[in-house]
Amino acid sequence: MDARRTYTAYLFLAPALLLLGVFTFYPVVFGTALSLFEYNVISPPRYVGMANFSQLWSDRYFWIALENSVKYLAVVPVLQFCSIVLALWVRRPVRGIAWFRAAYYLPVVTSIVVVGLLWRWLLDESGLVNYVLLRLGLIGAPIHWLTNPSIALYAVMFVTLWKGLGYYMVIYLAGLGAIPVEYEEAASLDGAGPLTRLWHVTIPLLRPSVLLASTLSAIAALRVFEEVYVMTGGGPVYSTYTLFYYMFDQAFGALHLGYAAAIGVALAVITILLSIVNFRLLRQGGLSYY
Amino acid sequence: MFPFVWLLATSLRATGTIFAFPPVLIPHPPTLANFVGVWNTMPLGRFFANTVYITAVGIGLTLAVSALAGYPLARMRFPGRDAIFYAIIASLMLPQHVGLILNFVTLMRLRLIDTYAAVYLPSAASIFGIFLLRQAYLVIPQELEDAARIDGASEGRLFLQVMLPLVAPALATLAIVEFTGYWNAFLWPLIVLKSPDRYPLGVGLLYLSGQFATNTRYIAAGAVLMTVPVIAVFLALQRYFLRGIMLGAVK
Repeated sequence: MDARRTYTAYLFLAPALLLLGVFTFYPVVFGTALSLFEYNVISPPRYVGMANFSQLWSDRYFWIALENSVKYLAVVPVLQFCSIVLALWVRRPVRGIAWFRAAYYLPVVTSIVVVGLLWRWLLDESGLVNYVLLRLGLIGAPIHWLTNPSIALYAVMFVTLWKGLGYYMVIYLAGLGAIPVEYEEAASLDGAGPLTRLWHVTIPLLRPSVLLASTLSAIAALRVFEEVYVMTGGGPVYSTYTLFYYMFDQAFGALHLGYAAAIGVALAVITILLSIVNFRLLRQGGLSYY
Repeated sequence: MFPFVWLLATSLRATGTIFAFPPVLIPHPPTLANFVGVWNTMPLGRFFANTVYITAVGIGLTLAVSALAGYPLARMRFPGRDAIFYAIIASLMLPQHVGLILNFVTLMRLRLIDTYAAVYLPSAASIFGIFLLRQAYLVIPQELEDAARIDGASEGRLFLQVMLPLVAPALATLAIVEFTGYWNAFLWPLIVLKSPDRYPLGVGLLYLSGQFATNTRYIAAGAVLMTVPVIAVFLALQRYFLRGIMLGAVK
């Protein structure tokens, strides 16, 4: 009976275990190992030890990509700030507010290709954004949003922000919903104004959500690729070239799979370190803290 | 919100480039010519069909795999159960970047590169889905199972006729979450598909925008066609959507 039950259980689990084994566990373990090899698909892998990593250390493009990826992290605090403000804004008990929430969520469910193309058109040198700014007299000449190397990265970051806002808004809405009203009521009885309440009561209690949302968005920022691929293709002159983009090019363009795996491992290490720092900074807080 | 309005307006315009000033927000007369045009002169219909196929098979597989795997994890006692469950959950924390490369190699070895299966197979087993379904099976009262067994139901019948109908809401939530994932899939199809006649909409639209850079109104119409189904599903099923996110976030 027991053997039969075990057999049945594994029969149910078989498809999941097979797929996860082949496409999730195996690639992570052997992908890390692959970073120690030289492999170009055609000839068999050749063990090279740490050679890929030492090459990475002296690779100019790696450092450019790393710098851009780290710069991209600037999107994380801005995203948290905007989505907390937005969550507070759409939380008011006003008629039809649900539609506002839905509207802010639309970019999240829209394809990154559509979003990228759309903003590529809007941010074009002769596009709508420049037109409006010129008309309002805010700028004297059209800005080359996506073709000026010192602006392009920030233009792409803006699109990441625009697309992600609704997603993090929902996380913060959930976080706000979990805070018992008594805390705010008690604070206002003590004579705290709305801003004081927000800063000293609501925001501290929201820390678990901030931790979650900032970790998620930092991981996403470090591996940004699709926006860049659609909007600038990594250019102009590598100014939007990110680590993930470099890995993609090395793996599927140049077929330097071992080297690409080394980039991937470096990216993973940075991601893990950053998540640890984030946890350290924001671990305390939330209801359990009080 | 405004960019969407502008996109729709552009797709409905009869003439001119997208860079017309002042910007046209209410095209008159509005025309569906761009939609007809992009459908007839560009392989957009083909991309649409590819996307529908990949999305349908992908969701079907993910639901089936999750429904099967969640069941023993929630309701059977067998050696290795907890180890398997924690391994599945832990794999969420594994950095997946290098996985991309190895999955490409694996699919190449399986001679699946440039097939639809290459697009949906790697994401068919969803950890979120397995977790979601396990939670759904867990809350089913034991009395129901006992009653079915007393009535002489076999393991298979118990699963199909008692358990499965009870987790239908969870399956619906999963289907909605997976829908946007498969429909909007871009990076992975870009890697594994080589021939344009297998492209889904995302990859195809970018390909067309490179090929026909001058006819932006057609591309805008294509972008609208790609977006409308997702927005329709989202607006119709908003509550389930947001529930899916919250569950994903809490996880």
